[in-house]
Amino acid sequence: MSYQKYYVPEQSKFPIYAATALFLLVMGAAGTINDLGKPDSISVYILYSGFAVFAATLYFWFRTVIREHIAGLDSVQLQKSFVFGMGWFIFSEVMFFAAFFGALFYVRNFSVPWLGGDGEKGLANMLWEGFEASWPVMSTPDAGSAYVLADKNMSWPGWGNALKWLPLWNTIVLLSSSVTVHFAHLALKNDNKKSFNTWLGVTVTLALIFVGLQAAEYYEAYAHYGLTLNSGIYGSTFFMLTGFHGFHVMMGGFMLAVMLARSVLYNHFDPHSHFGFEAASWYWHFVDVVWVMLFLFVYIL
Amino acid sequence: MSAVIESHNHDDHHHGPAKGLTRWLYTTNHKDIGTLYLWFSFAMFLIGGAMAMVIRAELFQPGMQIVEPEFYNQMLTLHGLIMVFGAVMPAFVGLANWLVPMMVGAPDMALPRMNNLSFWILPFAFFVLLSSLFMEGGAPNFGWTFYAPLSTTYAPPSVTFFIFSVHIMGASSIMGSINVIVTIMNMRAPGMTLMKMPLFVWSWLITAYLLIAVMPVLAGAVTMMLMDIHFGTSFFNAAGGGDPVLFQHIFWFFGHPEVYIMILPAFGIASHIIETFSRKQLFGYASMVWAMASIAILSFVVWAHHMFTVGLPLAAELFFMWATMLIAVPTGVKVFNWVTTMFKGSITYETPMLFAIAFVVLFTIGGFSGLMLAITPADFQYHDTYFVVAHFHYVLVPGSIFSIMAAVYYWIPKWTGNMYDERLGKLHFWLSFIGVNVTFFPQHWIGLAGMPRRIPDYALQFADWNMISSVGAFLFGASQILFLFIVVKTVMGGKKATPEVWEGSRGLEWTVESPAPYHTFTTPPKVN
Repeated sequence: MSYQKYYVPEQSKFPIYAATALFLLVMGAAGTINDLGKPDSISVYILYSGFAVFAATLYFWFRTVIREHIAGLDSVQLQKSFVFGMGWFIFSEVMFFAAFFGALFYVRNFSVPWLGGDGEKGLANMLWEGFEASWPVMSTPDAGSAYVLADKNMSWPGWGNALKWLPLWNTIVLLSSSVTVHFAHLALKNDNKKSFNTWLGVTVTLALIFVGLQAAEYYEAYAHYGLTLNSGIYGSTFFMLTGFHGFHVMMGGFMLAVMLARSVLYNHFDPHSHFGFEAASWYWHFVDVVWVMLFLFVYIL
Repeated sequence: MSAVIESHNHDDHHHGPAKGLTRWLYTTNHKDIGTLYLWFSFAMFLIGGAMAMVIRAELFQPGMQIVEPEFYNQMLTLHGLIMVFGAVMPAFVGLANWLVPMMVGAPDMALPRMNNLSFWILPFAFFVLLSSLFMEGGAPNFGWTFYAPLSTTYAPPSVTFFIFSVHIMGASSIMGSINVIVTIMNMRAPGMTLMKMPLFVWSWLITAYLLIAVMPVLAGAVTMMLMDIHFGTSFFNAAGGGDPVLFQHIFWFFGHPEVYIMILPAFGIASHIIETFSRKQLFGYASMVWAMASIAILSFVVWAHHMFTVGLPLAAELFFMWATMLIAVPTGVKVFNWVTTMFKGSITYETPMLFAIAFVVLFTIGGFSGLMLAITPADFQYHDTYFVVAHFHYVLVPGSIFSIMAAVYYWIPKWTGNMYDERLGKLHFWLSFIGVNVTFFPQHWIGLAGMPRRIPDYALQFADWNMISSVGAFLFGASQILFLFIVVKTVMGGKKATPEVWEGSRGLEWTVESPAPYHTFTTPPKVN
């Protein structure tokens, strides 16, 4: 087997621009958050400029990689590097979610029961006598003014109300989108670009519907349930997990939308070589699996 | 297709680096990026070291002498954060950049542009962290472990900047680790099977896996802190149903693998150096690999030994005690393998070997004090005393840092083409060796006698040993200026190095010229 040279790119300006953008982003984000409520803060403009530089850098960086691919610079071995790289990136995301799921399991199984007087460390109950552990916990041990207690939670409402329960629809939407993105992949492998574009378009639409439904759910929570970030640990874990997941849905949906645009506008992707799309679809399946976990542990159980 | 590749590539090789500053800003070359990492790490080592000097100067005598307690806490916190994230980790990543592609016979790292991004995030991240010194309320002052609620309810406003700088440091580590793993998995020369890989490569494969597994968990921890501080959540606040101890669990789930991240590459380095200067094949290669893998797996189930005194259920205390002690088994395998490698070898004591032997001996001392700390009932006595400080400085300074210095002396002829000054190298070793032991050994005693850590003042009975410890620290600190001088002198010139550099050296990196050409192994070598 003759060896195809591994493409080592020449000098590149993208990384230093991306690093500068990240610097602006963190300075801007931290400054903005610290200055919340101060009208004359300029931090938010630093944040915007960071976003702008970052988005532009990513655009040109990915454009370059795509052009290198089209020029045939990437050997089979380099393509394998991208495959490995995406796989490990998704693993890092799994571990990011693991931290929040770990927090959820810990408060459900340990800290809330202990605060309620249960088990070996139940002594903690003497700090706030009268606090009763339950899940979803609708009260907080300390009833101080820092907390605004919720009237209702997001858990399974029983069969009678199941059809009016948004998380069920969200589950249906997201699981279907995993199927449609797989149909898109099959169509691409069969060299049916029209069917590919259609199924991918359906997937992106489902992603938008999901985000819309989740926005409606958050609106419900804030406007009618009194469930907010300030409602104690249930609200904290609920919004952290669903919010972080929702952010990932937006990222994954954006990736798929970019793939759709590449396919429709530039006729990218051929049946044998389309890792850009595959990476986005892997990410989408990952986001989907996380949702199944959320549905089980945040909503149902 | 291959014709296209040829036309794009024929002038890409056999040329040197670009000129000027942009060489370093825009580079995609693993050797350039390795050099950047190593110099960055050295700068951070000196800054973090200067903070340690402030700490030791304050502790030179009892009573408040030089700094305010608030500032002392900031020095303590930044010293820890800078040494862990700015000095030790980037130094190992720099070594991985320089060595892994050459050791596996690859033309470069697998994803060269991302490699550059991983590095250039770091100066910005540490600029953000250090700039917090000049912010209202001062820099982070809650210790490098940033336990809630010290780091949430009671933190200075700069904690927000700290949180975001940790986020981008984590992004840098994750990208760097993905690069290392992909390089090792995908870029090995034909014939180099996994069990033929040099041990430094193995150690980094395992380290990179640990990094990808735990850096996101740290990011999750600081994200929850951010939410607690600014957006009203109560993850780490019992009044809202959360738990400050939850923070410690999440932090140490990251933190314990993190301490192995800082020692596994050192194991790899020591194996190479001891093998070379003993002029014998390393004893027990396969068991070295399995030992590192076992240590890595076990590192995920021992985190709560940092938390024995927070009030864990008894079953948890027992489990984490036994699991921790289990780590002594694979670690012991490694130490015995190194000793056995030296046994009946034709040993010479060049500077790298001196550092490597000191590493084995002093790291083992740190390991033994770790075993003492692992005993739950005993830990109730040792917890948060100077004994703990002595323990982790023994594994980090004569452990990780000595291994990094050993690596620099060992491979610098390959990097620069010049031999370092052996006499000065030995002088540097002995000054460091004496300095480190005078600094940290007495801390075992004052710790056992009950001196708490993280305080700027102490009871009179600890005065003598603290003064001696400070003198040792000043000696150790000053001798690193000598190290800087030796490195600069070697970069500038010196006796020319041969390709193999050392008599007993083994491995692909010794088959290329010294200094290593800008591009090596553009066509992979055959490995038998």
